[in-house]
Amino acid sequence: MDLILKVWRQKNNKDNGRFENYKVKANEHMSFLEMMDVLNEDLLAKKEEPIAFEHDCREGICGSCNMVIDGRPHGPNNGTTTCQLHMRFFKDGDTITVEPWRVKAFPVIKDLVVDRSAFDRIIQSGGYISVNTGQAQDANAIPIEKDLAGQAFDAATCIGCGACAAACPNASAMLFTSAKINHLGLLPQGEVEHSKRVQAMVTQMDEEGFGMCSNTGACEVDCPKEISISNIALMNRSYVGSVFGSDKGS
Amino acid sequence: MKLDGKTPKGPLDDKWTNYRSKMDLVAPNNKRRLDVIVVGTGLAGASAASTLGELGYNVKCFTFHDSPRRAHSIAAQGGINAAKNYQNDGDSVYRLFYDTIKGGDYRSRESNVHRLAEVSRNIIDQAAAQGVPFAREYGGLLANRSFGGVQVSRTFYARGQTGQQLLLGAYQSLSRQISLGSVKMYNRHEMLDVVKIDGKARGIIARNLLTGELERHAAHCVVLATGGYGNVFYLSTNAMGSNVTAAWRAVKRGAYMANPCYTQIHPTCIPVSGDYQSKLTLMSESLRNDGRVWVPKNKEDVMAIREGRKTGNDIPEGDRDYYLERRYPAFGNLVPRDVASRAAKVACDEGHGVNSTGLAVYLDFSDAIQRYGKSEANTMGNHSPDAATIKRLGTAVIEAKYGNLFEMYEKITGENPYIFPMKIYPAVHYTMGGLWVDYNLETNVPGLFALGEANFSDHGANRLGASALMQGLADGYFVLPYTIGTFLCNEIRTPKIDPNAPEFEEAETSTRARLEKILSIKGNQTVESFHRRLGKIMWEYCGMSRNAEGLKKGRQMIRDLKAEFHKDVFVPGTQTEFNPELEKALRVADFIELGENMMVDALDRNESCGGHFREEYTEEGEAQRNDEDYTYVSAWEWDDDQPILHKEELIFENVELKTRSYK
Repeated sequence: MDLILKVWRQKNNKDNGRFENYKVKANEHMSFLEMMDVLNEDLLAKKEEPIAFEHDCREGICGSCNMVIDGRPHGPNNGTTTCQLHMRFFKDGDTITVEPWRVKAFPVIKDLVVDRSAFDRIIQSGGYISVNTGQAQDANAIPIEKDLAGQAFDAATCIGCGACAAACPNASAMLFTSAKINHLGLLPQGEVEHSKRVQAMVTQMDEEGFGMCSNTGACEVDCPKEISISNIALMNRSYVGSVFGSDKGS
Repeated sequence: MKLDGKTPKGPLDDKWTNYRSKMDLVAPNNKRRLDVIVVGTGLAGASAASTLGELGYNVKCFTFHDSPRRAHSIAAQGGINAAKNYQNDGDSVYRLFYDTIKGGDYRSRESNVHRLAEVSRNIIDQAAAQGVPFAREYGGLLANRSFGGVQVSRTFYARGQTGQQLLLGAYQSLSRQISLGSVKMYNRHEMLDVVKIDGKARGIIARNLLTGELERHAAHCVVLATGGYGNVFYLSTNAMGSNVTAAWRAVKRGAYMANPCYTQIHPTCIPVSGDYQSKLTLMSESLRNDGRVWVPKNKEDVMAIREGRKTGNDIPEGDRDYYLERRYPAFGNLVPRDVASRAAKVACDEGHGVNSTGLAVYLDFSDAIQRYGKSEANTMGNHSPDAATIKRLGTAVIEAKYGNLFEMYEKITGENPYIFPMKIYPAVHYTMGGLWVDYNLETNVPGLFALGEANFSDHGANRLGASALMQGLADGYFVLPYTIGTFLCNEIRTPKIDPNAPEFEEAETSTRARLEKILSIKGNQTVESFHRRLGKIMWEYCGMSRNAEGLKKGRQMIRDLKAEFHKDVFVPGTQTEFNPELEKALRVADFIELGENMMVDALDRNESCGGHFREEYTEEGEAQRNDEDYTYVSAWEWDDDQPILHKEELIFENVELKTRSYK
């Protein structure tokens, strides 16, 4: 299949950036990133600079890849990362627009690569359970109801890619933040620090310059792990509870 | 040089406890004055860095990723072993030890493996306390499943994302230490050299990948937890960034590479579909609990399938060869990975492969769907269910167990595995070889430690499923934090290491020269094209089966490729900017040399054991070990012309060396 790619090129954070058009020959069995590999090999053959993009595991779990494809983070399919998107979902002759995450708190480094270290700092502010190595009791000493463990797991499945913030018109990181808060807060091990954690992580999230949530639901739709927006509601309840001391979030 | 494994004396059961109880310690006030560098933030690196930080050391931690959470441990699917015996099925520390030694085809060190089995139990406790959401039973207690090569159920899991959840646990611990200031984190930094002063590892040269700046980082010792080198084959289940550079740079500074030819080819991966392909995707081994592996008996059926005239479903039961069940009745579809992979290769080499490339076999769930469907119907009181009901109920059970894997398969292949049997083929997955380390996980370079997949220590010639996560976390949480003290207790009077020492100067200058040279070639071939060619040579001559003639030829081809690479590679841009092509070029250059070392090692080992299968050494088609002559660890000192072999004899005091039979 013959495609035209309209790709965002930006030399560095100071550069203004612009779209450039490229022709590329692909086939339907390729993944989107393999198609990008082909384009980059073409550019290198012409001694031109390849397009910089993040990628690593290429099986949808590391959270590295991050392209806005035709206006949607990770492209047209639900529950799919960019690396898992295959060209069979495009047609011969298509023009495809490829952009980086557009989020103030994720400055562009080069082309499609952005700096997502804000997410690391949110986790560092409290996204953990304070247990030193060796302090743990026997793992079966705390039984956890199967459904509750499943609910915590659903939140824990976040890959930290940032699609939620990229999809949000306010560039909010509330889905990411709430997923970690609920993963830990729903479990008895994490409940002890829950109030403190909610306050610290929400504060850090705000300091990083992410916007607020206005319930558009775009984050949930574009999350490649389909993390539910109800996590945000739960976080908000915990936050209010932690401020007024009436709720432990469970 | 005589290699001393430093195995403690005494009975196997007590070695670690006694050793740990009597080793010299570093007092808390002295820990604060000691600096430790940890390179890598996968399970081994993140757990080591956070634990060392908790203990009070000053830790500097490095990753080439944009965040420590992206390390490739995140992609491990199936699970983590631990000798908890929660299932009351006869498991014990000794049994896990024995299974691991046997699974490794008697090519690992007894003392290290026993210690691994002992601390396996603490890992599960630690992870649960961190909030890792392991699978649970209705009673709220932890669930287990079984994996290949063993007859007990000791694998803990978190759906098909066990590695992700364990890594996030370690990452969160690490994040806590970063926030407390005991660990300083350097993201997007790649280690390009080890710096030795008076023979001891005292720091690294790291490249800031955003600015290209070369930085000197000094410490009292250096810990490498930089993963495996499966990407030497180009196509593997490893992440695109996984590389050997940190370990290989240590080798260039005198560390020994042990057993580099031991590579694990995983039997259940999605087959290759075209030349543009960049990586292969694993389908968890847990699928073999319910899937049956087969190929058509008749070549006419094979042709019809390849040409799309038939599907697997059209082949009647009698015309199918369930070759694992036929050849290995005792373990059937649950034979260890090396055995399952070679059997698939044999089936395809004999012309029974079921896709257009001829390199695929079926993994079929239709029997499991029938079995589960009938059982579910029975539970509901329906004792004569019709075929559609059975199928519907059975499919639901399979979906609950493996849903995310089936979904992943369909995303990649575009084929529905609930309807058509999956097509799978072996792919490079893990490397048992790695830097040589003693019982303290210290390499032959004093003060240089290696953990996790980067070392060679625990898996012998073949790794059992669900043991990689166990080893990475054992090394990082429960072994290194103790054993590092055996080196550091003699360093408490050593002042801060000076990054302006001439050794740092030399290392930085030679690294810069290496970068400039590779950029100055300005040839006509891309880095990727060299990597692809290297992979083809490795797969052809040092892959699932090897022979002396091919290894000699392969070695020469690699030497030629190396010469061509340094004459004709094209790397755009400069070194003082964000330049992913340059990063790749440096890694491929190191892979090429490692590839040669692998060929040399495979040629030296005139036997078949585990993942190393030499065609000349077989008995009735099965691997034939030679315990008389090859019960040793091969530790290679690198030399551009002829690497030098150092042997560490393996001494077995507690297990009897037997032919590994799964029949």
